This record gives sequence, structure tokens and C-alpha cells, in this order.
Amino acid sequence: MNYRMMGFVIGRILLAEALLLLLPLAVTLGYGETPVPFLIPMALLVAAGGLLSFKRPKQTALYARDGLAVVALAWIAMSVFGALPFYISGDIPKFVDCIFETVSGFTTTGATILTEVEPLAKGILFWRSFTHWVGGMGVLVFVMAILPMSGDGHGMHLLRAEMPGPAPGKLVSRMSDTAKILYGIYLVMTVLEIVLLVAGGMPLFDACIHSFGSAGTGGFSCRNLSVGAYNNAYFDIVIGIFMMLFGLNFNLYYFLLVRRFREVFRSEELWAYVIIAGAAVGAITLNIMSLYDSVGTSLRHAFFQVSSIMTTTGFATVDFNTWPTFSKAILVALMFVGGCAGSTAGGVKVARVVILEKASAGELRRMLHPNAVPSIRFEGKTLSDRHIRGVCLFFVMYMAIFTVSCLLVSLEQMDLVTVFTAVATCINNVGPGLEIVGPMGNFSSFSAFSKLLLSFDMLVGRLEIFPMLLLFAPSIWRRRRAQGVRRPADL
Amino acid sequence: MKIAIVGAGKVGTALTRHLSADNKVTVIDQNAHLVDNIINVYDVMGVCGNGASYDVQKEADVQHTDLLIATTSSDEINILTCLVAKKLGVRHTIARVRNPEYGRQLRFMRGELGLSMSINPEQATAREIARVLRFPTAMKLESFSKGRLELVEYRVAERTALDGTRLSELYRNFKVRVLICAVARQGETIIPSGDFTLRAGDKIYLTAAPRELEKFFRQLGVFRAKASSVIIVGASKICYYLASELLDMGMSVKIIDQDERRCVAISEKLPRALVIVGDGTDSELLSEEGIGQTDAFVAITGLDEANILMSLNAARMSGDCCKVVAKINRKALLELVSDESLIDSVVSTGSVTVELILQYIRAMKNASASKVKTLHRIVDEKVEALEFTVTADIPFAGIPLRELNLKRGLLLAGIVRQNGQIVIPSGEDALHLHDDVIVVTTDTQLDDLRDILQE
Repeated sequence: MNYRMMGFVIGRILLAEALLLLLPLAVTLGYGETPVPFLIPMALLVAAGGLLSFKRPKQTALYARDGLAVVALAWIAMSVFGALPFYISGDIPKFVDCIFETVSGFTTTGATILTEVEPLAKGILFWRSFTHWVGGMGVLVFVMAILPMSGDGHGMHLLRAEMPGPAPGKLVSRMSDTAKILYGIYLVMTVLEIVLLVAGGMPLFDACIHSFGSAGTGGFSCRNLSVGAYNNAYFDIVIGIFMMLFGLNFNLYYFLLVRRFREVFRSEELWAYVIIAGAAVGAITLNIMSLYDSVGTSLRHAFFQVSSIMTTTGFATVDFNTWPTFSKAILVALMFVGGCAGSTAGGVKVARVVILEKASAGELRRMLHPNAVPSIRFEGKTLSDRHIRGVCLFFVMYMAIFTVSCLLVSLEQMDLVTVFTAVATCINNVGPGLEIVGPMGNFSSFSAFSKLLLSFDMLVGRLEIFPMLLLFAPSIWRRRRAQGVRRPADL
Repeated sequence: MKIAIVGAGKVGTALTRHLSADNKVTVIDQNAHLVDNIINVYDVMGVCGNGASYDVQKEADVQHTDLLIATTSSDEINILTCLVAKKLGVRHTIARVRNPEYGRQLRFMRGELGLSMSINPEQATAREIARVLRFPTAMKLESFSKGRLELVEYRVAERTALDGTRLSELYRNFKVRVLICAVARQGETIIPSGDFTLRAGDKIYLTAAPRELEKFFRQLGVFRAKASSVIIVGASKICYYLASELLDMGMSVKIIDQDERRCVAISEKLPRALVIVGDGTDSELLSEEGIGQTDAFVAITGLDEANILMSLNAARMSGDCCKVVAKINRKALLELVSDESLIDSVVSTGSVTVELILQYIRAMKNASASKVKTLHRIVDEKVEALEFTVTADIPFAGIPLRELNLKRGLLLAGIVRQNGQIVIPSGEDALHLHDDVIVVTTDTQLDDLRDILQE
């Protein structure tokens, strides 16, 4: 393990976080609020980051496990520092709650422990939503875009650990150029959404908050009733469409920009995403027809909710907790499907769902024709066994962590639906669940232990399991090389 | 600059290592595993597929690259790849073409198929070995300005005249015009000045005219005459090129290989060589073939390990009288062997190829007339020796070198005047129009003679 280089990268990330805090600081000053909650964390970040990345180490190579460990540690460190403004401002008195809120922000979950958000200071609200925007595309990607990392490569491991999806790749040969392109697309789309919302009459501050929320597919709102507070069909449609857009693989936007339309049109994942979303909207619209006065209204709410849950954003226009069970079941299923690989969304990802479906069909075919040569193709390429095994393993681990978390959270005196959906919503980075944690509820009634566990689940979901799990592998922390025969536990 | 490399084998990977730091590189290979490995280590884009196919080249955005290098194992695919790339609009294409049968139609291919350059690593390696055998005193020998100036690598042995000598004394005592332009000492690279003291174990790099070099080493008492009988183990393509060159130089050549069919094939092509079926590690066979009376032993089988062991064995059997050359392709083994100085001379096909391609790229980057004519990398690839011709656009021509503010870690190692006169430059000398000048530098980005001055 190259500890010095790991420290260097983490130091850079902390410096980048200090830089990002400038924006909420400006908002705070603009509204004439006290800047202290931001100045103290910034000073601490600059000190810690500066100390760690003061000198570039000689040995700059980061191998796979260093990369994974760096990403996991960086996200934890970022969350701890990012929680400070909430704590110092006194808006959230308990530090565990601050951590939960910040992790929920950075992982673009949008689950909150706040019962009332409207009385919060504007700067704090802005930072709360801005964490979504930062966490959506990833902080390491941001650092790579502005500060070239290391001369001799190996940075691919970092990118891979932070970017969602089974096989993230580069768009262009330079990592820093790839990062710049991704952030460019991200920024332009966010600004476009803000402009469209402001054009529809939403105040600029609210437009920013909701655009950050949908861009990162997070879901923090500045209103207690979320998007439903405006009760405005135009806002619902704009936000609904943008959530869907941010749930798409960003590579497709790049292909559009360089006029490679055929690749966009032929993307299997895109079609699967559209079909799943369309089918869910149709089924829910029919199911909730009786609750609303017109087909148009029920279609609008169904579309918004499906878009919000499938892209794992978590905004709400209505309290879907009161919907029929069938609709709720569809929404819970969509939580697990999630958005496309290479987007800002969470969940298992549509690409993996498609691969799992094809692998299952292939395996069934092999039972009928034992000697058949399997050829499982995705996006026009044959998938190797190793790749498929990776996807299956991911799914199994995902479910295993989900089950264990459910068991531990069920120690609380709460009903099964609450426990189940609370864990599901956190691990999939959605935000609202059902019952107590429903769209109009919150997580404040959980114990500190459950909050930390759920924060861990959010990080597991955002970083796609392996970086977080690796922190528990003893070989990561053992400095001395194991002597003699290696025990299986070391591997 | 955007560069596409087709084929992620040894040469492709070595090129990626050297080019990825300053260029936007895309690597194309059919083997997904190789592509994966390369993108994990270097900051490059990887595309998996047949590089000769139009669709794959489109996917890799080859039409917007400045240079395409095809180094797959197949000559035909390399040529086809370059042809497709040329039609897509790539200006510069380089193909690796190794088959001797194609070697004779290179001019046609360049003209008709639009290859900018074809490289034959086997032939280039054979030439490098042949140069060492012509001057066995050196570990390695590179030539500049059509052979008028040579750069040799030599290891200072213990208790010789060089051990413990200051360079300024050396030049005074020997009255020969040589220049020590770089020294490698325990992994450190030094561009030495006059008060530098040599020690045993130093690897020194000297430039001089060929005749001066011979005189210098004769005075030191370590001169070894040109080899006249050579044993080559491994009847590979390199062997074919090497043996035919050595035979043309009038040496007697024995070729040993285990594979009978290969032996028959090479003996048909080279009737003047003696071809023996046998094992090159077999001491019995070697002494039967007279290793004790042979001047040089060259191990160029496909296995690095076998080459190393064979060479060590041959050196021991001949009582260190025989010049031993081994081909080692893997970088780790190469470094190990050259650090421990186990074998007289080592060559590596990959490194020779990379040198040729870097030379082409450096010349391509510089649009002006003062192009890089020759490029050689010395001191474990850490130092470059480049040859330029002084053209009319060089502002400092005619000014004595002492008045020029040269960059640090940079040295003018030799000047070849237009009339063929060799000058080992001192402060009083100046560059003149049409001179060939050899620059030795630790800066591995130099592509223009005008950049040798400090800004």
C-alpha cells in the first residue's frame, strides 16, 4: 500500500472540498447570514488538506486496492468535514444527525432527519443541496478535472471506484479531459434546468436547490412538502424530465455532442431504461386513477414519482404512501433497478439488470441444450464469463448487505415496511421510503446506531459496495507483509 | 499530439509507456485482457477490436489522430491497418514489417500503400549487434552522421587507468580527442564536468571518431579487435539478418538451433554459414564447436532466461575471452543484467523499435528544417543523444559555445563539420551552417536545436 500517495490524494480532495465551500459561503454572505459555520470547516479543510498534500510523494503509483481504499476513505473524510457547517450553525444539534444528513447529501440519497427544513438558514440549505451536486458526479472526478493527479497513470482505479456502473470507461484518452467533458455536460444541464425553472416563475434560490437535487439525483428540497409544495404542473414536468435525463448514461450525451447518433440510438440500456419507466408509469396511472379527478393529473403524478424513484432522486409531488399497495410495490421495485450506469443515479443500475436477465435466460437455455455455446451480448459486445460473474457477484453482495442491514435496523421498534423501505431507500440512494420514512416523513426517530448503519449503507450504494467492504479487509491495514504461509483470511 | 497504437504487445506497451505522458494515446488490441492491463496502468484510451477494421478505427476515432503505429504480430494486419488509416485521413502511419520477403519491397510499400515508415525491429536489432561485434570493446555502440562519429558505452573496470582518474587529467594524459558525455553511477545519471573523478563500476559514454576511439582504448590496454568468428544461438529472423550482415563483413558464422526444420530453412537462405542442430546450453557441444577459439557468442533465442544462462555459460567456458551478447526483451531482466554487468552486451528488440519510432515522432513534431536526424537513448533510457543539422534559422551559429547559455543537463558531445572534420567541442568552438551536431541531454522532450539554450 502506498500510504503516502493515498494521503496525498485525500489531501487534494479535502482542498477541493474547501474550494467547493466557497459557493455556499457566497450565498450566506449574500443573504447577510453569519459566515462562521463555513469559515471554520474551510480553515480546517485547508489545514488538513495542505498538510497531507504538501509534498508530492516520489512513488505515485496507486494500484487497484490503494485506489479503492482512497475512494472509501476520501468519502468518509469528506462527509465528516462536510457535516461541520450543520453542527456549528446549530441547525442540527446532534453530530450523528449531521453525519447522516451529509452522507445522505454526498451519496445523493436525500434522506433527511429534519422534520422542518424551511426555518434553516439559506446558506445551510444551499450547502445541503450542493452536496448532492458535488456527490452526483463524484469528487475525485472533480479533482481529476481541475488538478492532474499523477504522472504515471494508475488513476483508472480511482475513476473506476467512484464512477457507477459495471465497466466505466473513458470518453477520450486523457483522464483529466474525460473528467472535464463529464463535468461540462453536467454543469450545462444543471444551468439549463435552473433557467427553465426560473422561466416558469420559481424563485432563483429554490430553482438552484431543486436543480442540484435533480442533477445529482439527490432529492433534498427547501420545502417541507418537497416539489409538491408548489403544486405547479410545469415544475413537475420540467423536474420530472430532467431527473430522467440525469439518470441516463452521460456517455450518451458525449456521443450526441460528437454526432455519433447511431451509438445513442443503439444503446440497449437506454431502451431498457425507457421501457421500464414507461411500463411503470402506465401501470401506476391506471392503478391510481380513482384517487385523482382526471387522467392527466394521475399521469402527471405517476410520471413524476416514477422518474423520481427510478432515478433515485426522491422528490415527491404527492404523498405516495397513501397510494394503493400495487403502486407502492412498483416504486419499491424501481428503487432497486435505479438509473443507467455512468449516470448520477444509484440503485443496481439498468445495465446490470439487463445483464442479469440475459445471463439468467442464457443459463436456462443451457439447461435445455447442455452443449450449447452461450453467447451473451450487451451493447453489441459479447460479455465474458468473468464480466457476468462480476455482475452476479455484485447483485448477491448487494442483497446480502441489504438483508443484514434490515436485520440490524429491525432491532428498532418499528413496522416491517418502514424497516425494509428505510434500508432499501438508503442503499439505493433514493431518499424517501414508505410509512414512517415516507415522502412526508423523515429518519429522525431512528437510533444513533441505525443512523450510522444507514449512512454506511448509503456509501455502500454510492460507491458500489467494493470500496467500502475493502475497508474491512485486514490486508489493507497490515503494514508488515504476512510472514510464512498466508492464511486464507489474508487473501 | 494524438497517437493511435494498434497492438498492445511488448513493443506497443513500451511505446505507450514512452508516449502516454505527453500525447493523447489510444491503444487498440483484439485481446481485451491486454487492453485492460494497459488502461489500468497508463492514462490512455483502450479500444478492443481488430485494428485493421474500418469500424474499430472509427470507434477509436483514428481519423482525428496525427500518427498511427501498427505493431501487431502480423505484418499483413499492420500493413492493412496503415492502409485503412491512411484512407481515413491519418497523415503519418508506421507499420512494423518483419518478414524478410516484404523487406525487399519496402520502397514500393511506402510509395504505393502510403506507409510513412516501416520498421523492422529484427533487422534493427541485428544491426545493433553487428556494430558491437565490429567494436567488441564497447558494451554498446551507436553511430551518428553516417558513422563519422560514434558513441560507445564502456564500463570502468577496477585497477585500470581510468579508475580514480579526473576527467581533465584524462584528456591531458591521453592526448586523444574523446569526450565522456554521460556517466551512470549506481543508478544516478551524471553529465560530468572536468573535475569529475571516475571510479570502477561507472558506466561511461564516450563520443569520438572511430579511429580516435580505437586509439584511446589501445592506450588503455583494453582494446579488443573486431570479431572474426561468431557463434549465434537461435535461428530466428534476427539471426538471418545478423548472419548475412556478419558474413558480408567477412566473419565466419556458426548458427546453433534445436529445431531441425528452422536449421534447414536458414541454411538454405545462408549457404555460407555453418548451421548446427543442437542445444546452445550444452557445454559439450560448445567446446566441440570451439567456444575457446571463438571471438564472439550471440544468444538470440526467443527466451530471455535461456539467453542469459547461455551467455553466462559461454563466458565462463571461454575464460572471458569471448565477447558475449544476449538479447533480453523483458525490461526487469534487462535492468537486472545490466545493473549487475553480468553480460558484456545486451540488446532488446523492443527498445530498438521504440528508439526508431521516437526518432520519427521527434522529427515529425518539429516542422522546421532543423529536424532530429538520429536519436539514441543511453543510460537506461534516461539520457538522449540527438543529432541535428545546423540550418540557416539557428540564431546562435557562429557564436563561441562559451558565450552560449546552454540548458542544465545538456552537453554538445560532438560536431561534424561539413568537410567531415570531427570537433570535440570546447568553449572556443562554434556551430557553423551545415554542421552535424550531437546533443546529449537528460531532457527527453527535445525536438528542436533552437531549444538547447536556457530561456
